[in-house]
Amino acid sequence: MRVPYGWMAEYCDPGLDPDVLAEKLAMTGTEVERVVVSGPPSADNFVIGLVTAVEEHPDADRLRVCTVDDGEGERTIVCGAPNVAAGQTVVVALPGAVMPGGMKIKKAKLRGVPSEGMICSESELGLGDGKDGIMVLEDGLAAPGTPAADVVPISEHVLELEVTPNRTDCFGIYGVAREAHAITGAALAPAPWEGESVEAGGEIDSLVSVEVENHDLCPRFTARAFTDLKIAPSPLWLRARLIASGQRPINNVVDITNYVMWLTGQPMHAFDLDLVPSGALSIRSAKPGEKVATLDGVEREVSTDTVLVCDQNGPTSIAGVMGGAVSEVSETTTSVLMEAATWNGPNILRTSRDLNLRSEASSRFEKQLHPDLAERAQIVATALMVELCGATVASGMVDVAAPLSESGPIRLRNGRVERILGLAIDTDSQTEALGMLGFGVEADGDDLLVTVPADRFYDVTREIDLVEEVGRVNDLDKRLPATLPSGSGRVGGLSRQQVLQRRAEDSMREAGFDEIVGWSFTDPGETERLRLATPDSRADAVRLSNPLSEDQSVMRTTLLGSLLGAAGRNRSRGAGRIALFESGRVYLPAGGFGHGPLGGDFPGDQRPPVNEPQHLAVLASGTIDPATWDNDPAAADFFQIKGVLERLALGLGTEVEVVAGEQPFLHPGRSGTVVANGEEIGWIGQIHPSVATAWDLEETVAFEIRLAELLKASPLGEETYGDFTSFPPVDRELALVIANSVEAASVLAAAKEAGGDLLVSVTVFDVYRGDQVGPEEKSLALRMRFRADDRTLSDEEVDPIWQKIIGAAEALGGKVRG
Amino acid sequence: MLERLETIEAEGTAAVNGAGSAAELENLRVKFLGRKAELTGILRGIADLEPAERGPVGGAANKVRKGLEALVESRIESLAGAELEASLASDRIDVTLPGSPVRAVGHLHPITRTRRLIEDVMIGLGYQVMEGPEVEHDFYNFTALNHPADHPARMLQDTFYIESGAGAPEEAGPRDVLLRTHTSPMQVRAMETTPPPLFMIVPGKTYRRDSDATHSPMFHQVEGLAVAEGITLADLKGTLLAMLREIFGPDREIRMRPHFFPFTEPSVEFDVSCFKCRGSGKVEGEDRCNLCKGIGWIELGGAGMVDPNVFGFVREAGYDPDLVTGFAFGFGIERIAMLRHGVGDLRLFFDNDVRLLEQFS
Ligand SMILES: [Zn+2]
Repeated sequence: MRVPYGWMAEYCDPGLDPDVLAEKLAMTGTEVERVVVSGPPSADNFVIGLVTAVEEHPDADRLRVCTVDDGEGERTIVCGAPNVAAGQTVVVALPGAVMPGGMKIKKAKLRGVPSEGMICSESELGLGDGKDGIMVLEDGLAAPGTPAADVVPISEHVLELEVTPNRTDCFGIYGVAREAHAITGAALAPAPWEGESVEAGGEIDSLVSVEVENHDLCPRFTARAFTDLKIAPSPLWLRARLIASGQRPINNVVDITNYVMWLTGQPMHAFDLDLVPSGALSIRSAKPGEKVATLDGVEREVSTDTVLVCDQNGPTSIAGVMGGAVSEVSETTTSVLMEAATWNGPNILRTSRDLNLRSEASSRFEKQLHPDLAERAQIVATALMVELCGATVASGMVDVAAPLSESGPIRLRNGRVERILGLAIDTDSQTEALGMLGFGVEADGDDLLVTVPADRFYDVTREIDLVEEVGRVNDLDKRLPATLPSGSGRVGGLSRQQVLQRRAEDSMREAGFDEIVGWSFTDPGETERLRLATPDSRADAVRLSNPLSEDQSVMRTTLLGSLLGAAGRNRSRGAGRIALFESGRVYLPAGGFGHGPLGGDFPGDQRPPVNEPQHLAVLASGTIDPATWDNDPAAADFFQIKGVLERLALGLGTEVEVVAGEQPFLHPGRSGTVVANGEEIGWIGQIHPSVATAWDLEETVAFEIRLAELLKASPLGEETYGDFTSFPPVDRELALVIANSVEAASVLAAAKEAGGDLLVSVTVFDVYRGDQVGPEEKSLALRMRFRADDRTLSDEEVDPIWQKIIGAAEALGGKVRG
Repeated sequence: MLERLETIEAEGTAAVNGAGSAAELENLRVKFLGRKAELTGILRGIADLEPAERGPVGGAANKVRKGLEALVESRIESLAGAELEASLASDRIDVTLPGSPVRAVGHLHPITRTRRLIEDVMIGLGYQVMEGPEVEHDFYNFTALNHPADHPARMLQDTFYIESGAGAPEEAGPRDVLLRTHTSPMQVRAMETTPPPLFMIVPGKTYRRDSDATHSPMFHQVEGLAVAEGITLADLKGTLLAMLREIFGPDREIRMRPHFFPFTEPSVEFDVSCFKCRGSGKVEGEDRCNLCKGIGWIELGGAGMVDPNVFGFVREAGYDPDLVTGFAFGFGIERIAMLRHGVGDLRLFFDNDVRLLEQFS
């Protein structure tokens, strides 16, 4: 909303620098995007001049040499405008004047003739389109030498307001003036419609008739008629205000509709009454497939939700959005039907969105205007139609209105303002603030009974809304204390799982990995590149119905795509070290609904639509450790990434197991399933070469786990002390030759099973393949520790267990090596 | 005889002190203390001496022998030490070469670091950290937050919706399930489950259909909600001020400008005083401070008192607007990270270039 300062000042002049007023508005709820100047940046050096003589330029056909009286004497100005003539009163830019755009006027020679200034056109002053050359003022408007700004509005400051959608009142100049009044205390002039009204019925009934099909969609439709008028350009002051407001002057009638809209906030529309057969209008919803030719020269097909203003031949305009070409006001118009209507806000919003057509009118209607505004607009427009167009007014007004649901006054309880704001504002100040904002206030005991004006009808409906009004105009920013909630020793903190999640992330950082944050959405082709296919649930993604692009149209079901994407991009940019991890959610449409990212339910009565588990995934392509002058580390392989996984588990005080298991995107011989607490929680392995190639990567290893399940296995913070000093352990080692196909994990599991409670740990400390064992065999060296909590173990006690373990190993096909 | 012993002692001492290497000392040990040495001979021949001489000569000879032995030992030790030092000194490395790292150093993403910073500050103020779903029902994202049915934010061009049958239930309408547009849906979720007093923050991903240098379709927010008896707008101001001072420095000030949001009333936008120009808008050598564009204030987020209509959805859970009041606030994590670390383009955060990531350890 562009607010020319001078226009607003006609109703309330705070006497402040426009930037200072802008700051005050911003601090009371109306953002000012910027303050601009319409026309020259300063009015200095623009004066009224009288052209006393015009001669041809000796050396240029198109130029004239003018003598101009500037009040102090005569000066020569070379002018190119064809319309310049002796006797004209004009605006002269003297040397030193700065034009819009920054050009500075200087003394100059034009084709040999000295020129001391410039005679200005409308467009050069920001006052019009200036097609006709220099601007010629009314004879005798002002004496030569008068500052131009005294008679023409040049160099007008304009506040560009960013009005919040609830404040429909500030979409009109008078509303902004009232706001300025309330926040500065400067006097407010009565509204231009104040004290007047227009009765329904009268002469108008013989000229115009209106039918409204649905009052919900059109709560009020008013029309007045004007005859014997003359279409002409608007006077300078009106054109200047429209231009400063960002609107283009057209002719007096159309300019009046726009001027009234800018002043009152109520859009209007003018029909050429002679082009409306019988003066009959009907307001109805569009029929299927119906088309309307709008003022912008486009024929549009509209939906059946659209409300149309029709004459006997069909649609003339799209209600509240744009007028039609059928009955457009033109040069030859002599009678006008002036419409001011109230439309259904949400309906207008939908229509303008559907048609992708927004206008100053629709942007006001869509916020829901009060029906009283229609009459105000008619009152202001009528005066201007008479004054500017010489129109004869048909008495009365067509007024088709639905009964308005009355709402009584709102009670503002004593003490409520302080209770909400934490700042005491006494009742007198509350009353004063509300009064200045246009509310009616009456005391009722200690409370206030507040009546809401039409401008604020849909915005202020409850006590709390009044609290806000009182607060915001009471210098809230300066006066409001900064306190902390009092109360009963609250304890803040992270949940145990949040603590563990941080620890997991930190341990990956400490292991040398860089954390990424990947997009939650991805392209549907990623599934295929990862070779995932139904019935794998990861091929079944949550889909957006209105993505920004196909590339971001499905929600990820694995973090692997994000990591491969980041790895590939970094590789192509020449990154030396690619060791990445992500801790983030995946989105699964099926299964396990309602679980939060770290297990347990999200808060709330309704379960979330999809499952969003938190995953942790780690990927390395190439070396994890940087090469140094004395160390050339090998590229990360399966065992290195497994070491990272084990470190992750150990950092959480737990262990994971990896058993053979395939994934479509992993090397079939170098892939495993991660198990914690007997539950499968993820995968680990080398990325399948053909998958890695799709991201332009070479050998790449990775793992991905469901974090909640790993955290569940962590005893962190719940560990209990185990006695390790009283009774010494017995350590024994076993070398076992066994077929390659038997996994170490199954040997360990068998040993644990056979070892019972007294076997406290068993680990593989060496693996040998070579000449001393068969070609399909390996030798596993196992280290075992036995201990009891209550006694020192003797060999006699360990021996039978040892034999059981050997038996179990032999059952797997192993031979004890001598 | 005693004189002879004195001579041997003097000669031996001089020779041992003059020896330059361990090998030479070994030779001297043989010469003065070995089996064929004169001293050894004297000691062996004591029994043949006159009884009166045996005592004095024996004592003196033993003393000389012990003295020489001790001297040789100590000389050997000191020579060995000197030789070690010499050999170490010649085994010199270039200590200025880079160290061999135990492991590479990894990095947390700047968003994670910033999120944790905010979490830790708010934990210190007594808040719990809660998380909510990103794929959300319209009810929590809009309806329960007092957005009218036709609110512009609900339009297809602003909010991502989920296809029914592909995340949204088969029977869901086309606008029933969406990607949350803010972290605020957790306000009502949390109040449904937890009776007042409630003090929580919700960090997390949020989504809007917007993409340019200052808008990303995915971004991160932190929501704050405090509901109890007697909570005021002044408490909101104090809480935000305390938080912003922890994040941006102890000299910062806060500014609250009245604004409009459907789910708070009164609503404000809040700014922090610029930490580059200390709120003056001016920086030496520049036209104006480029961080705050000369305003002296940096816009951070929205806040306000929880609208009674929002409490209306959780009245049964113990939230009667005549008994409790509350404030809520929300702001972007990326914005804080950009300000703190001078990152100019929002999109850099999701590009995950290691050259960016490795600047933040
Ligand atoms: Zn600054």
